[in-house]
Amino acid sequence: MRMQIVVDLTRCQGYAQCVFLAPGVFRLHGDEALLYTPAVPGDQVERVRQAAAACPVQAILLGEGVSAGGR
Amino acid sequence: MAGDLWDGRIVVVGASLAGLRAAEALREEGFTGPVTVIGDEPHPPYDRPPLSKQVLLGQAAADTTGLPMRRDPDAEWRLGVPATGLDPMGKRVLLADGDAVPFDRLLITTGTRARPWPQREEAALDGVFTLRTLDDAGGLAERLAAGPRRVLVIGGGFTGSEIASACRERGLEVTVAERGPGPLVGALGGTLSKLAAAMHRAHGVDLRCGVTVTALRGDDGGRFTGADLSDGSRVDADVCVVALGAVRNVEWLADSGLAAGPRGIACDAGCRAFDMYGIVTDDVFVAGDVSRFPHPLFEYQMLSLEHWGNAVAQAEVAAHNMVHAGPMRRPHLSVPIFWSSQFGHNIKSVGVPTFSDQVVIAQGSLEARRLVMVYGYRGRVTAAVTVDMAKSLEYYERLIETAAPFPPAAGAADRPMAAEVPIPSDVPDPKGLYHGPTVALTGHLPDRRLTVVRPTG
Repeated sequence: MRMQIVVDLTRCQGYAQCVFLAPGVFRLHGDEALLYTPAVPGDQVERVRQAAAACPVQAILLGEGVSAGGR
Repeated sequence: MAGDLWDGRIVVVGASLAGLRAAEALREEGFTGPVTVIGDEPHPPYDRPPLSKQVLLGQAAADTTGLPMRRDPDAEWRLGVPATGLDPMGKRVLLADGDAVPFDRLLITTGTRARPWPQREEAALDGVFTLRTLDDAGGLAERLAAGPRRVLVIGGGFTGSEIASACRERGLEVTVAERGPGPLVGALGGTLSKLAAAMHRAHGVDLRCGVTVTALRGDDGGRFTGADLSDGSRVDADVCVVALGAVRNVEWLADSGLAAGPRGIACDAGCRAFDMYGIVTDDVFVAGDVSRFPHPLFEYQMLSLEHWGNAVAQAEVAAHNMVHAGPMRRPHLSVPIFWSSQFGHNIKSVGVPTFSDQVVIAQGSLEARRLVMVYGYRGRVTAAVTVDMAKSLEYYERLIETAAPFPPAAGAADRPMAAEVPIPSDVPDPKGLYHGPTVALTGHLPDRRLTVVRPTG
C-alpha cells in the first residue's frame, strides 16, 4: 500500500523541521512556502514518519490513501 | 431520539476532502451503521491544493495527490456516479446510473466546480483549460511540459496567480488578463493587490488589468491560438487557462426543496440544511465549499468559504451533529483561514478580509515583501493577512476572536510607522472582477448599502 501525506498548510508556520528530516519529500519554496511530494516513496516513509513527529504544529498527516474498489 | 442516531444508514454525497473527513469522523464518534460515500469523479478522494503548485511545476504527477486517511472509514464508495436528485420524502439519493440510495441521514459535500468560459464553442478549443480536478491538472501539466510559446491566464484570483507563478517558474511566457484593477483584489483589497501586481511583474508576468477578454480564437483545426482583449490588443498563446472562480454544485438539488442556490446550500451553525422555507431540517447536513452558514464574528452573515481548512473543520462538526441530538450538538465557529503560495511567497489569511473598511500594515513593509496587514471594520479587528510571516498569524487570530480594537495596539518589535495610519481597505464590488473572493459574504459587504433612497420633488 502506497503511503500518502497531506500537510495542513493552514497550520504550517514554516518551521521547516520536515525539510531537514526528509529533504527528499519536503522543500521550501522561498522563505516559508512548503511544497511536498504527496505520494511518499517507499524508502522515505521512515524519514517522513520522523518529520511528522517532529513538526512543531503537528501539521503532517501520513496514511494510506483510499483504495475504493467501487461497486 | 438520541439512541436512534446511532442506528440507520448515513449517505455522504461528495467524495472529496469534506466527504472523506466526515466519514472518518463518523467512525471516530462511534457510529457503526453503514456509510455510503458517493462521488461524481472516478478517483478516490484526492487533495486539490497541490494541483496548481507541485503538479503544474512537474514535481508530482496529477494522479499522486490522493488524500491519506486518518482512519479507514469502512465506507461503501460509489465513485464515478453523479447524484442527480434528492427525494426528501422517500429519503433517497438518486444517481445518474438509475440507482437510488436510501438514507436515514444525509451529508452533502458536493463542493464546487470551475466556472467555465461562457462561450461554449470557444471553451471547447483544444488548449483551453480550467483547473479544478485531477484530470484538469493532468492535462494542463502535460501541455506546460510540452513548452508552449505563451500561456494566457484569464482571471487574477488565487488560482490564476498560482498558475501564472508555476508557468514563470517553468520558464514559460505568461499573460494574465484581469477585469478588475489588480490581482487578488477581490480577496485582499487594494493595497495587497498592488503588492501582488508587483510580484507578478517582478517575475516577468505580462499582467493586464482593467481589460476583458472579448474572444478566444482558434485555427481551422480547432486549436486555441490566442485571444482578443477589450483594449483592442491581441494575445497570441498556445494554452489558455480560464480561472474565473467556482460554481457551487447544487443543480442536482433543484427539486429537493432545500435552500440551495448559486451561493450554496444554506445551513445553520450546526451544519443542518435549511429547506426553501427557511425551516431547518433534521436529517440533511451540509459541509465544505457548497455550504453557507451564519458566523457570529461577522454579524451572523452567511459565509461561503472555499477553504481547505473549513472543509475539514465543518465536516467534523457535521459528523458529530449527525450522531448527537439537541444540546450535545456543536456549532461550527472556527475563524476562516486560508493560504496561497505564489512567486516564492507564502500568503496566509485569517478572518474575512473583505469584511473591512480600513487596513494597517502592523508589521513589516510592502518594500520588504514581508508583512502583516490587519483589517478592521468599525474599530474592531476582523482579519489579518501575512506575507512570509505565518508565525504571526495566530496572534491576530486571537485579536479577531476577541473582537479586539482596530487599529491593533502596539506590541510587535518590528512595528512600522504605517501601523499608526489606517487606510481604506478598498475592497471592490466582486461583480467587476474576473476572480471572485474565495470568502463570500452572501449577505452584503458592510460598507455598501443595499438600497439607495433618492428623494424626489
